[in-house]
Amino acid sequence: MTSFQVMPQDMEAIATGGAFLGTGGGGDPYIGKLMAQSVMAEKGPVTVISPDDVEDDWLCLPVCMMGAPTVMVEKLPNGSEAGSALAQLEAFLGRRADALICIEAGGLNSTIPFAVASATGLPLIDGDGMGRAFPELQMVSFTMHSVSATPMVLADDKGNSSIINAISNRWTERLARCQTVEMGGAALVALYPMSGAEVKRGILRHTLSLIKEIGETISAERNAHRNPAEALIRRLGGKRLFSGRVADIDRRTVGGFARGQALFKGMEADEGKSFRVDFQNEFLICRGDDGAPMAITPDLICALDADGGLPVTTEQLRYGLAVTMIGLPCDEQWRTPAGLDLVGPAYFGYNHEYAPLHSLS
Amino acid sequence: MYRLGIDVGGTNTDAVIMAGRSVLAGVKAATTEDVTSGVIEAMEAAISKAAVERSKITHVMIGTTHFTNAVIERKHVNPVAAIRLCLPATACLPPMVDWPEDLRQTVGGHRYLVRGGYEFDGREIAPLDIDELDRIAADISAKELKAAAITSVFSPINAAMETAARDHLMKRCPGLRVVVSSDIGRIGLLERESAAIMNASLLELSGRTVDAFGRALQAAGLSCPFFITQNDGTLMGAEMVREFPVLTFASGPTNSMRGAAFLTGESDAIVVDIGGTTTDIGAIQRGFPRQASTVVDIGGVRTNFRMPDVFSIGLGGGSLVRGTGGATSVGPQSVGYRITKEALVFGGGTLTATDIAVAAGRASIGNPAAVASLSGELVGEALAEIVQMLERGVERSRISPEPIPVIAVGGGSILMPERLGDLRVIRPENFAVANAVGAAIAQVSGEVDRIFSLANGLTRETCLKQAEEEAREKAMRSGAAPATITVIEREDVPLAYLPGNATRIHVKVVGEMDGVHA
Repeated sequence: MTSFQVMPQDMEAIATGGAFLGTGGGGDPYIGKLMAQSVMAEKGPVTVISPDDVEDDWLCLPVCMMGAPTVMVEKLPNGSEAGSALAQLEAFLGRRADALICIEAGGLNSTIPFAVASATGLPLIDGDGMGRAFPELQMVSFTMHSVSATPMVLADDKGNSSIINAISNRWTERLARCQTVEMGGAALVALYPMSGAEVKRGILRHTLSLIKEIGETISAERNAHRNPAEALIRRLGGKRLFSGRVADIDRRTVGGFARGQALFKGMEADEGKSFRVDFQNEFLICRGDDGAPMAITPDLICALDADGGLPVTTEQLRYGLAVTMIGLPCDEQWRTPAGLDLVGPAYFGYNHEYAPLHSLS
Repeated sequence: MYRLGIDVGGTNTDAVIMAGRSVLAGVKAATTEDVTSGVIEAMEAAISKAAVERSKITHVMIGTTHFTNAVIERKHVNPVAAIRLCLPATACLPPMVDWPEDLRQTVGGHRYLVRGGYEFDGREIAPLDIDELDRIAADISAKELKAAAITSVFSPINAAMETAARDHLMKRCPGLRVVVSSDIGRIGLLERESAAIMNASLLELSGRTVDAFGRALQAAGLSCPFFITQNDGTLMGAEMVREFPVLTFASGPTNSMRGAAFLTGESDAIVVDIGGTTTDIGAIQRGFPRQASTVVDIGGVRTNFRMPDVFSIGLGGGSLVRGTGGATSVGPQSVGYRITKEALVFGGGTLTATDIAVAAGRASIGNPAAVASLSGELVGEALAEIVQMLERGVERSRISPEPIPVIAVGGGSILMPERLGDLRVIRPENFAVANAVGAAIAQVSGEVDRIFSLANGLTRETCLKQAEEEAREKAMRSGAAPATITVIEREDVPLAYLPGNATRIHVKVVGEMDGVHA
């Protein structure tokens, strides 16, 4: 058994690491961290188990937030929504869950499952469905393994809930998205019911220990007055894309998502160059002066504040902010044709062919 | 026509008299326990040094860290009823959940959650629960609480429920002081609520302080209006400060940076303010301090005020210098305000950074003979360490590779060399009173930050325009001359992960105080 305990104080590191793998989106994990800490103070620590220790016949359920993180920082959850969504999905399936899954190891959803795991006493499996943040519900590795997102339960703060059954995970996304708006812009959901065997096939492994380690690295480097970029690149096999200041930023709403692009003026070693990063909630494509891509989704593009060393979200980008952009290779599952169909550049409307991070200059 | 600028710091109270762009006189006095006598002393000294007629002083601008220090030191902080209009939402994290335990206890931990609040699109989460407010009013009376803070979910979009709850409580509890969060902060429930609670806990102190300032001015024969500087370096009227003391929280570093920029005529520079114990370093862009991108802690409480991005290092005139040959360290411990007794050059027995500067011939203060016997090696190493600390701090705040100047201000600025790496160092005249100058030149602002719904044919452009109009209106109400108002921040961020139609707009304008032409 390679399990470990997560204590309230560990949530600091998990939230920071989750913000980093949020690739600019996914929402600030702060609220989720506070929720997890306050539940843990009462109900105790969370046990995180390796996917290898999950029994094939277990029922495993992801629980997460769906909707706008900007709403969540203002209208905090009641606290019972996630537990209620979980209980109703269990009731519908006629079976209790054996373990919980984190659907998204980036942003707010990296911390929410810890609150639910502590409240229910269920173990949390070390891994997730994205290895980062993505904007839509079907964008998880489980989709590639034919796991259905439904039956899915959405629950709000007032006690409303609904069960969705859909013919595909894309349809689930469309139907659930409308309901979150009616529920006040954010809802807590339980979905993708799957067996332990399915978990072992589909899950991106050990991403929860990874975000904890990333958070600990960021904190240790900052305490030593170093920018964490170099240490993270070494540890994660990533690549320094550039350091620069925001010279222009353009945002607009297209099809319900915050899209935009930021232009950066290079600094330090990148003095004299310019860079462009396109985002749709998350950073999706990074290009140099000549327009040639330097990193493309689903590879990760992560931003650190060049001064303070903390992760930066697309919402925090503003004129003059200095950032260091880091590229990280995505999980191999995302580089398959099925993976690129779900989250490759074409899905987000870019004309570039995907090419792996380390093949680009 | 003269302006009197006063800065009340933790150690010193500074005053300057300005006419237009020139500083006629600047003086320093010690800050006193009662604040007022130090203010009177500095003010009187400045007036007599400048030899101006009191009746021609038309504006008094005061910068003070008094309220910030009250929170940091947990002094003069009163109990507050923290009321949130929210249920059934938000119950998972009650008010003050992320506060340090000692401050939460000082403020009393009186938390009430009530049915009410709004959704992001303006719908009610639940109608306001008046019966519950009545029960809270009874509890407030029984506990003899003097102040309350009311925070409704999404009140930056619609403040009606907060106002209704305030009016109801004030009817039930005559004399109760009530703060509503929409007057204070932006989107971000916990941060806005914490600011409202801190504000309510400081109301008694702010009332006493504003009264004391008023009496001090009256005693000095000044009958003109007075203003206090807020976080962003702009002014608010004294009556506003009575109601909103938290809006002054970061005014100290802001005034020092704005004053330094003004005194040198530089609009892009790095300001290094060296005090007795610490050095504050920050960048000025287009005459205003660069704002921090992250949240700012005040006394351990997370807030979402826009604050200058100031970086502090443990180096000051009183920093202890220790070690010999190859292992010399400077700071972060310091003799602080006891420097005039404890430093070698002042006849004391402690080796400080100031002694090193004197031994190296950088400054002539106190008795240079007292440091004549220090080894050249020790002086050289300590000096190199000081320069390195300053260089590292300045590099962090550099906003571009352009060789912009470094402006050295503050009492400890004798530690600053003539150049720092490739950057030249400017020492303005009156460098010791830059804070008070920053207060004297402060402008007036107006700000709007809320979510606009793009429904019913409204476009992003019309909403931006409406926000700008509202910000101008606010600036004019605070006393800005309409012709001088300009937009300094304009930003719109569509709400992520929701189908269209809602965008968060932030507009800020500033203008000259009517009647002041600096």
